[in-house]
Amino acid sequence: MSQIPPEFIVKIDYDTCRRCRRCVMNCSFGCMQFKDRVVPDHKKCVACHRCVTFCPESAISITKNELTYKDSANWLPETRQNILKQAETGGILLTGMGNPRPYQILWDHMLIDACQVTNPSIDPLREPMELRTFLGRKPNRLEFTRDGNDEIKLSTELQPQVKLDVPIVFAAMSYGAISLNAHRALAMAAKNSGTLMNTGEGGIHKDLNSYTDNIVVQVASGRFGVTSEYLNSSAMVEIKIGQGAKPGIGGHLPGEKVGEDISKTRMIPVGTDALSPAPHHDIYSIEDLSQLIYAIKEATDYTKPVSVKISAVHNVAAIASGIVRAGADAVTIDGFRGGTGAAPMVIRDNVGIPIELALAAVDQRLRDEGIRSHASILCAGSIRNSGDVAKAIALGADAVVIGTAALVAMGCRVCQKCYTGNCAWGIATQKPELVRRLDPQVGAERLSNLVTAWGYELQEILGSLGVNSIESLRGSRERLRGIDLDEQTLELLGIKPAGIGQ
Amino acid sequence: MRCDCYIPSGCAVSGIMSKAGERMDGNDIIRSIALMHDRSNGLGGGFAAYGIYPRHANEYAFHMMFDNMEAKDQCEEYLKDTFDIVLDEEIPTRPGAVFEQDTSGRSAECGTQPITSPPILWRYFMDVPEHRTTFVSEREYVVEKVMDINSKFTGTFVASSGKNMGAFKGVGYPEDIGMFYKLDEYKGYIWTAHGRFPTNTPGWWGGAHPFCLLDWSIVHNGEISSYGINKRYLEPFGYKLELRTDTEVVAYLFDLLVRRHKMPMDLAVRALASPFWKDIDRMPKREQKIATAIRQVYGGALLNGPFSIILGYSRGMVGFNDRIKLRPMTCATKGDDMLYMSSEESAIREIADPDTVWSPKAGTAVIGELNWEVE
Repeated sequence: MSQIPPEFIVKIDYDTCRRCRRCVMNCSFGCMQFKDRVVPDHKKCVACHRCVTFCPESAISITKNELTYKDSANWLPETRQNILKQAETGGILLTGMGNPRPYQILWDHMLIDACQVTNPSIDPLREPMELRTFLGRKPNRLEFTRDGNDEIKLSTELQPQVKLDVPIVFAAMSYGAISLNAHRALAMAAKNSGTLMNTGEGGIHKDLNSYTDNIVVQVASGRFGVTSEYLNSSAMVEIKIGQGAKPGIGGHLPGEKVGEDISKTRMIPVGTDALSPAPHHDIYSIEDLSQLIYAIKEATDYTKPVSVKISAVHNVAAIASGIVRAGADAVTIDGFRGGTGAAPMVIRDNVGIPIELALAAVDQRLRDEGIRSHASILCAGSIRNSGDVAKAIALGADAVVIGTAALVAMGCRVCQKCYTGNCAWGIATQKPELVRRLDPQVGAERLSNLVTAWGYELQEILGSLGVNSIESLRGSRERLRGIDLDEQTLELLGIKPAGIGQ
Repeated sequence: MRCDCYIPSGCAVSGIMSKAGERMDGNDIIRSIALMHDRSNGLGGGFAAYGIYPRHANEYAFHMMFDNMEAKDQCEEYLKDTFDIVLDEEIPTRPGAVFEQDTSGRSAECGTQPITSPPILWRYFMDVPEHRTTFVSEREYVVEKVMDINSKFTGTFVASSGKNMGAFKGVGYPEDIGMFYKLDEYKGYIWTAHGRFPTNTPGWWGGAHPFCLLDWSIVHNGEISSYGINKRYLEPFGYKLELRTDTEVVAYLFDLLVRRHKMPMDLAVRALASPFWKDIDRMPKREQKIATAIRQVYGGALLNGPFSIILGYSRGMVGFNDRIKLRPMTCATKGDDMLYMSSEESAIREIADPDTVWSPKAGTAVIGELNWEVE
């Protein structure tokens, strides 16, 4: 018998409960049973809030099981629970979503400037306020010639650029980790909002072929679903080297999630585990990466930017510089609070560095080397609101990448059980009866609303900064100040402490 | 002299140019900027003049400011090592000078200010030794030296470093600065002027406009809200932004785009004050391609915030506003020859009876070029 006490207590108000059993039908974790009335099995509750949301009488409440463990500032309940789990199973602890530990969140220690008197703020309701962003390699300079009619012509041929209407793109989440309906919602929303969704490493379902211009296709270590057609039905190709939640770790989609459709998309037999190795087995050095970058450029006839995604680790600046010099047109840096469908908890909670520091280091390093324009920087790993977006762009990002925020917009309650395949909201699951719960139209609308809202808020921030174009914020660290940060952190972020003027 | 303060400012600008290259004395520009006395607060004024040193037209004229003799001696050692000094002399001044005519408005209470406690003002006419330009062009060499002096020598400041031109600036009302520097005795074919209203800190002599590098001179009314990124954009190209004033970036951006990247002047202005995407999207294809590429590649050079700017250089004068014209600028012409630009129309009418007067559209450059060639 398991010694692990329940994490949550499910309370049912039997006075108001009408015994409609909706909660029983909705609970995908098998917590609710009906024995002449609803009886919860507390141990199975993950606090996904599906039953709470759908109870017509609001008769259900879920609370933390506070009295389980005797208080200790050192031996926290989750610490002891994990030990108990491992004592019972002898296994690696798996988890989902981003790092929940209370590390300092540096976004919350940065403040944004605003205009007063000497430079006027600009009203985004009355003046144009531009968020348009282009991803891709840019030359350091342009060259012009005059033709016979004395007309000026551009003689520099620019490398492929991907246009974003708003500098927010959806993160790589594979079909397999999330449902086809979730993929559909992301693709539709990307199209509506003039931005991009990223297929992740699981290939792309044929139903999404019409969204080519809004899709980033990923090439990861498992090479699932990678064909010439796949590479060419995209706006951009991304090589995934690392993921913020699990730097240095591969992926594992269990066989039970590999049904007919996923089998076709990933090009593996039904029911087999889809294992993404930790490294790419053809990339054991930067020159190998360069070969893959150019192999992809050849396969796509140099019509698409190629991006490389890495997790934020100690030496990220030098690694990013190498990647840019290896030919990447964009670098996605994923911080240690970035999300995942499944990762060993010890890796997720202890490996990597904060995205804020990684981003600042990479942007500065590329500038110091004079190659900042050679690649766009995408910043991922827990962007929670438009304030984070503005701060990331001011630190030097061209655009930000949102995964968890996008899932939350679709209904995710961050219960961290993505790896179980039981997602009650139809997002991180392949069970048809659960997938059905997510209406792609509704999901797309909610995602578009989020991007639109953040876009408006970014315009307000730009207006208050007295600038009317996102490129005047990009890398403008002068408009940020740090609060409650030590001198070294301020220096690493390249910002001054609050209270210092210009 | 050096002040580690960033000084956002409101101001007045004025510029006069003879496209035929006729040289005129500094009285007109002084009267023009004097009329806009109220736009300044006595904490800074300055002038740039082109064509003033015809006898030394082929030498780089360095206008220098030194806090003390020690700073001057140190810097002179450096100049002797790096240049061939043809002539050096004190810049002639009229200590305690004031502009005699009545100036409007607040001057009644504030009065004019006799110019006092200037730094040591010295000018050097210099050649670049030939053996120094094996690996870099002559102008690149001069830029490097200016960056070196401004960043490494305390109490020393290069006010201007072009050929046959010079900047005359300091703390005070611009009309008094003009009299102090005896500008009525110089003759030039382009004159620009600036009256300064710094808002939170006292001005300093080096911090007055114009800001110059080689023959580029910038007078600027406004504040560059995008200064942070413009500075970071310029740094990898070797520019050292040590003056902690936003106007500095404008001079260096023109140097980068026009001199080093060889962009035509109108396209350089298009990079600095880009058209909006909504307008680019409606342009004819060829123009659209150019405008899009400029924004993609030169996003870090885009100037944002309120400004009206007059750029002076050996071959001409360029005036332009920010993209939504948050600061005033009026232009005027008289005959085929004269071009005027100013914060206020009255400052033009004070000195001329123009044929046409117009307010240029936001983000649109007015470019006046000499009818004849100069280097």
